[in-house]
Amino acid sequence: MNKSRQQKPAGLWLEFLGSMNLAITMLVVIAVASVIGTVLQQNQPYQDYIIKFGPYWHEIFKVLDLYDVYGAVWFLLLLGFLLLSTSVCVYRNGPGMLRDMRHFRLNMKEKSLRVMRNFREWTLNDSPQQVEQTFTQYFNNKGYRARRKEHEGVTILALMKGQMNRLGYLFTHVGIVVICIGGLMDGNLGLSIKEWLGGIKIEKRDIAAKEVPPISRLGPGENWSFRGSITLPEDSVSNMVFLNIRDGYLVQELPFAVELKEFRVEHYASGQPKSFESDLVIHDDQLEEPMEETIAVNHPLIYRGYAIYQASFSDGGTKMQLKAWPLFDSNPQPIELDGKVAARRQIETPNGVMTIEFENFKEFNVFPADEELAVAPDKVEQSEMVRGGTMGQSSKKFTNYGPSFTFRVRQPNGEAREFVNYMVPVRQEGRYFFLSGMRESQAEPFRYLHIPADDKMSVDRFMRLHAWLNDEARVRRIAEQSARQAMSEANMQDKQMLQNIVTSMVRLTSEFNRGGYQAIDQRIQQTVPEQQQMKVAETYLKILNTVLENLYWELLQAEGVALEQGISPEQGRWFEDAVNALASMGPYSSPFYLQMTDFDLRQASGLQITRSPGKNVVYLGCVMLMIGVFLMFYITHQRLWVMIRPEGQGSRVMLAGMGNRNQTDFSKGFDSLADELDRHYASRQ
Amino acid sequence: MAVTKEQFNKDFGKESFFKQLSLFDWIWAAALLFGAGYAWNKYSALMDNYEVGILFGSAIALIALGWYWKATRNLMIAIAAISLFAVSLYGNDLGQSEQNFFLKFLVSSQSATMWMSALFVMATVTYFVYLAKPNEFIGKVATSMVWVATTMGFVGLMVRWRESYLISHDVGHIPVSNLYEVFILFAIITALIYLFYEARTRAKGMGAFALTIISASIAFLLWYHFEKGAHEIEPLVPALQSYWMKIHVPANFVGYGAFALAAMLGVAYLLVERAQKRNPQSSFVARMPSLDMLDDIMHKTIALGFAFFTVATILGAMWAAEAWGGYWSWDPKETWALIVWLNYAAWLHMRLTKGWRGAPLAWWAIIGLFVTTFAFLGVNMFLSGLHSYGEL
Repeated sequence: MNKSRQQKPAGLWLEFLGSMNLAITMLVVIAVASVIGTVLQQNQPYQDYIIKFGPYWHEIFKVLDLYDVYGAVWFLLLLGFLLLSTSVCVYRNGPGMLRDMRHFRLNMKEKSLRVMRNFREWTLNDSPQQVEQTFTQYFNNKGYRARRKEHEGVTILALMKGQMNRLGYLFTHVGIVVICIGGLMDGNLGLSIKEWLGGIKIEKRDIAAKEVPPISRLGPGENWSFRGSITLPEDSVSNMVFLNIRDGYLVQELPFAVELKEFRVEHYASGQPKSFESDLVIHDDQLEEPMEETIAVNHPLIYRGYAIYQASFSDGGTKMQLKAWPLFDSNPQPIELDGKVAARRQIETPNGVMTIEFENFKEFNVFPADEELAVAPDKVEQSEMVRGGTMGQSSKKFTNYGPSFTFRVRQPNGEAREFVNYMVPVRQEGRYFFLSGMRESQAEPFRYLHIPADDKMSVDRFMRLHAWLNDEARVRRIAEQSARQAMSEANMQDKQMLQNIVTSMVRLTSEFNRGGYQAIDQRIQQTVPEQQQMKVAETYLKILNTVLENLYWELLQAEGVALEQGISPEQGRWFEDAVNALASMGPYSSPFYLQMTDFDLRQASGLQITRSPGKNVVYLGCVMLMIGVFLMFYITHQRLWVMIRPEGQGSRVMLAGMGNRNQTDFSKGFDSLADELDRHYASRQ
Repeated sequence: MAVTKEQFNKDFGKESFFKQLSLFDWIWAAALLFGAGYAWNKYSALMDNYEVGILFGSAIALIALGWYWKATRNLMIAIAAISLFAVSLYGNDLGQSEQNFFLKFLVSSQSATMWMSALFVMATVTYFVYLAKPNEFIGKVATSMVWVATTMGFVGLMVRWRESYLISHDVGHIPVSNLYEVFILFAIITALIYLFYEARTRAKGMGAFALTIISASIAFLLWYHFEKGAHEIEPLVPALQSYWMKIHVPANFVGYGAFALAAMLGVAYLLVERAQKRNPQSSFVARMPSLDMLDDIMHKTIALGFAFFTVATILGAMWAAEAWGGYWSWDPKETWALIVWLNYAAWLHMRLTKGWRGAPLAWWAIIGLFVTTFAFLGVNMFLSGLHSYGEL
């Protein structure tokens, strides 16, 4: 057969597009292509990709659009192909299916009935009319619809049931087409074309929304479908959102303005977040007065076809009262400062003018209680916390470490370290500490300085101890005191020796003050022969401890603490903790410690504002798909034929049938129908 | 002789579905509606309109299920009776789970789940014994074990639901919110689908295969419980506080359960086919259902799974539209749901239009299980995204 050669090219194309092979291939190809976008994290900053894959592969991946697979032209083409293939399939098979639903196929010959898989035959005494009446009524009761034809004395009844199965085919396939159309309406194809034609330009600079040029702005009616986001601080108003596109953005203007009154996080007793809510006010000329509405996760506000969602939260510029304790000075007087999240301020230090960049403020820090802070997640993406479930880890007890703030200290040479300081002391192993974490890059975890809180739950005593350590005259005096005491105990009176001991004590103390135990260790390794290192280290530590102990003693006396009974166990433990903290001061390497004394919280709510006119189209398609699937799988289009021939006084009856799916079950059903008829006639013979 | 109307009606009757229902069917339906009404009357203050709809919708769905598959009426009655017994033992004191004898050893959610686990594993062994020595009694024991295990699994979830409210009013939620809970759901739904086809075909040889995958999920469940402490009831994260969870998750697990069962039938098919080639008279072949029957049930379970998975994915999209601001965001979980869907769509097209049968489709069903497992577990383990409620 060369039928296909006679067909026109258009017909050939239709054949190809509507072919089952193409459809199944498309299903599999799209499934495989979809995997890419789940394995490769999509729409990350390009910088991250370059680090991950290197510049060579980055370029290739970029050209192939692998960073935005689902928006890529080739992926849309694949989807388009599936859509086309499905449409052609419906176009070619749909009309036939619809005909099949109504067509009873009365023109069946006896021969064709006899070859059917389901066939029965009876010879009955009843007249053809009686038989026809009985059969008609019987199948009528069973829910079959019938058509009748008489030809040369032979009566044919064509019976049909379950035609809806054919609708199942139509519904599922048309449903898919409708879903794709709806999806296309909501896709950013229009925007891409506009960009391609040069009508818009994606903005890549980090500038204020007001300064974005008109070519990167979309008017309220200009873009009928979008998903944009905006971070709105409390008591601020906005009438635009940002559309993130690849490594840039566009500004989408809204026909109304949104104001955030308040953002709230509520917590369960265990400390996990229970709800995220924003009190919004909509300002619109169309409204007689502003509309107040509260949104929460799972409860968006739909206004004029725009949906406003709670998507994330962040700080909106919290103001903080701070004390900067100088760590280079012998003067324990802190400087009062105020700071504001996202703001900067400069501070003078002996190492030059440093810039404090306030990054973030967190009112609550809830961590699983059994985890050490050092490994606690210090940066959970807040949008994931709001919209997803990263807190779903199983561990029942949570601890709230209270408010904290993060900031960077930038040195004159541009280098910066990041710090996180907690406002209130945190209880660990029964004692209280002020925590301050430091790291040199974002990739590292924070390393924490544990400043022991004193009896008044303040940092004062520690800061004074630290300042005194910086006071060389004081250290020298104390060293002299303790050296004299030690020598007189040993009955020695060598002035030179005393001087030597004092000098080494002072040097040791100042080394410890600058670099902790590490500095002393390093010195020993450099200057002492290996066999004696252990012994020398022991001696050094003893000496150092003597100085520190005497310093502490003097400090307590200065504070007016009664010391007749000696040092209490609590005071002893405080001292150990303080020495540990002093030892980490070197690596902490900040010229000051920032203590937060008060704050004025101002939060910001991350809103997502969308407009998707295709949504209802998609839902329509979904409903069709759902109905279609069940019709197709659970209804069988059954056809039966009854052929009645007069035979003598009585008649001969043939019953044959076929179903379009699930032959086993259909045969069972057929047999039970025929058996019932059997019994009926047997009982009447 | 003309057919009298009486004679006709005597022989055929007018086959109305409702007329076939027994008095028990009606009493049972009334009891379900009464139960739903009671719950509504008592708890309506805690429900929104959608949840009231879901409550009565599920009552009607359960009535339909019980009328269609009569054995589930007894199942539901047993679940309700035992669960109510456990709830009454609790009163308002969660501490009873350690003090009360019945709760501690039998019907607290932890104990019930443990009973379920033990019974499923024992049933698996029994089905294998049955394969080796096909004795009707052993078969009956195996089937009963699966029924009882399923009952206990449901009781475990029901009681857990109550327990969550006993922890704290705001912690309370339906237990389909994390990986631990849905693993129980997976086991009992898979068991139910299996029981349905066992009852229909009387082919118990499949049991060893179906119960193997259930036992595998039990092994995971126990590991998850003892190693990770995942059995603790956690409050709901804000994103999950929605009525959608009540329908999206169960619908999904009918899909997962059916796909898992289909894959195991695929394994059975391939083994029977191989055994048949070697020795058509082997006892294994004799004890297993015919190849045609395995193929047929495999097709039916995939169709069932596909239908429910379609519904579940659509419900998921609708939920996403409400929670995440878009019905489709190509989130890894969404994308993998699509991949699973496309995979089985291709499978069904192969069978329905290309007429494929037997071994190739059996292999495909097995591969399908791997794809499904990745969508179910792998996405949460290896990929990041918004749908990370069940992290390991």
